[in-house]
Amino acid sequence: MFYTLREAIRNLRRTPLLTGLSASMIGLALFVVGLFALAAYNLQLALETLEERVEVVAYLRDNAGSYEIAAMTDALTNLPEVLSIDFVTKSEALLKARRELPEFRDILTDLEVNPLPASLEIQLRPGSRTRETVDRLARQAEAFPIVEDVQYGQEWVDKLFTLRRMGGVTTTVLGTAFAVVAALIIGTAVRIAIFARREEIKVMQLVGARDEFIRQPFLIEGVVTGALGGLLAVAMTYLTFRSVLQYLFTISWIPTQWAGIGVLAGVVFGLIASNLSVRKHLREI
Amino acid sequence: MIKLIEVTKTYSRPEPALENISFHLERGQFCFLTGHSGSGKSTALRLAHMVERPSAGEVRVSGFSSARTSRREVWKLRRRVGFVFQDFRLLPGRTALENVAFALEVTGTARKDIAPRAQRLLGQVGLAPKASAAVHELSGGEQQRVAIARALASEPLLLLADEPTGNLDDRATRGIMKLFWEINALGMAVLMATHDLELVRQYPKARVLELDQGRLVYDSADSAGAGEGSEG
Repeated sequence: MFYTLREAIRNLRRTPLLTGLSASMIGLALFVVGLFALAAYNLQLALETLEERVEVVAYLRDNAGSYEIAAMTDALTNLPEVLSIDFVTKSEALLKARRELPEFRDILTDLEVNPLPASLEIQLRPGSRTRETVDRLARQAEAFPIVEDVQYGQEWVDKLFTLRRMGGVTTTVLGTAFAVVAALIIGTAVRIAIFARREEIKVMQLVGARDEFIRQPFLIEGVVTGALGGLLAVAMTYLTFRSVLQYLFTISWIPTQWAGIGVLAGVVFGLIASNLSVRKHLREI
Repeated sequence: MIKLIEVTKTYSRPEPALENISFHLERGQFCFLTGHSGSGKSTALRLAHMVERPSAGEVRVSGFSSARTSRREVWKLRRRVGFVFQDFRLLPGRTALENVAFALEVTGTARKDIAPRAQRLLGQVGLAPKASAAVHELSGGEQQRVAIARALASEPLLLLADEPTGNLDDRATRGIMKLFWEINALGMAVLMATHDLELVRQYPKARVLELDQGRLVYDSADSAGAGEGSEG
């Protein structure tokens, strides 16, 4: 183990240019993935913000009694997908309409009878804001006799869920493509570095070194180069994030685990690529 | 020490690189393997070092058979057989001492013994004063001495040398040959491939094997004047 570590450090120091170039290639490859992760994460946040607005509104008949309303509220509150229920009285609805629809303020002010119904605004828990849940909840609410009508902005909800599906598919496809390209670039970078030292591998074999003995320092070098590349990618992604935040618009930094996964990806790809490449050269003689 | 039994080696070309070769090199023998370029000398050495395997026949070296030694076990053979190349094959960016120490290190020598043994090996090949010189600072002859010291690191009983003087001038060649004979005098068998017949003639005590187009056409051990080692 001592030999392995010392030899790996010695080789990295002996070829700083090659190590730097390999780490930079890995860094750039993962930087592209990092940028994509930044964009995907912020898209996800934006969609979540939109989803928070998904609610089911049950408009109540004018003759609904307070006991019936309380019973309905209790029944719906017990459903696992329901986060909270707000009861909006007829007068509150009118005030809200006056506030939100200023162009109709005069009409709404001169009314002798309040035409707006009372309603229950049902908010859903995060994770339950799916098309199916919203549909089911709407049907359940509609079944109460005191309910006149149920609305949840079907068209808007449909568009939102379509957008989310598209976002999900695009993220998966593009993310996979970027990751594959990054893996190929990392593989190539590591292979170039090892190819430059194929004679060394042969000499080690010819003097009687065991395969494991030859391979281990290369694996450690692959891990170190991959980690350096991963850290470089995180640093470049962070700089981009700071620049966008400062000069363009507000975005959020990716979760720390994502950055950790980026560095880990560099390490794993570096390890796999060095292992494959050294094995190939070991088999040459 | 080395026994080739009806060995044939074929590559992609239809004509074999070696065809039905048999010979036996005894312990402590000094043997030249001669022939023109492309006659199969290097192939024979590569077979003896199990870098290649025969297409037919069997190669036995120091108790290892090409038929039974797996690729994963071949390192055991390599520790019993030293190999010297025409182009030295030293590790660049390392000193003479590091190149020799490296061979000791990878073959499992105790750490405290590595430096003194490497130093002693360099002394044996007359390079003790240049131990700390980087290999690219050394002359061709000196680099070859480092390569020989490295080949001796595992105290092999057999030394294979592929045109070891091919890149050297006359003076360096004489020095290297003297060193080979000294090593041979210690009991190590030497099988040296060379196309330089002038060189071979200077050492009449050595056994000579001559290859031509992959066939063994002459073995001084079979001829009447075997002891004088004249070539055909």
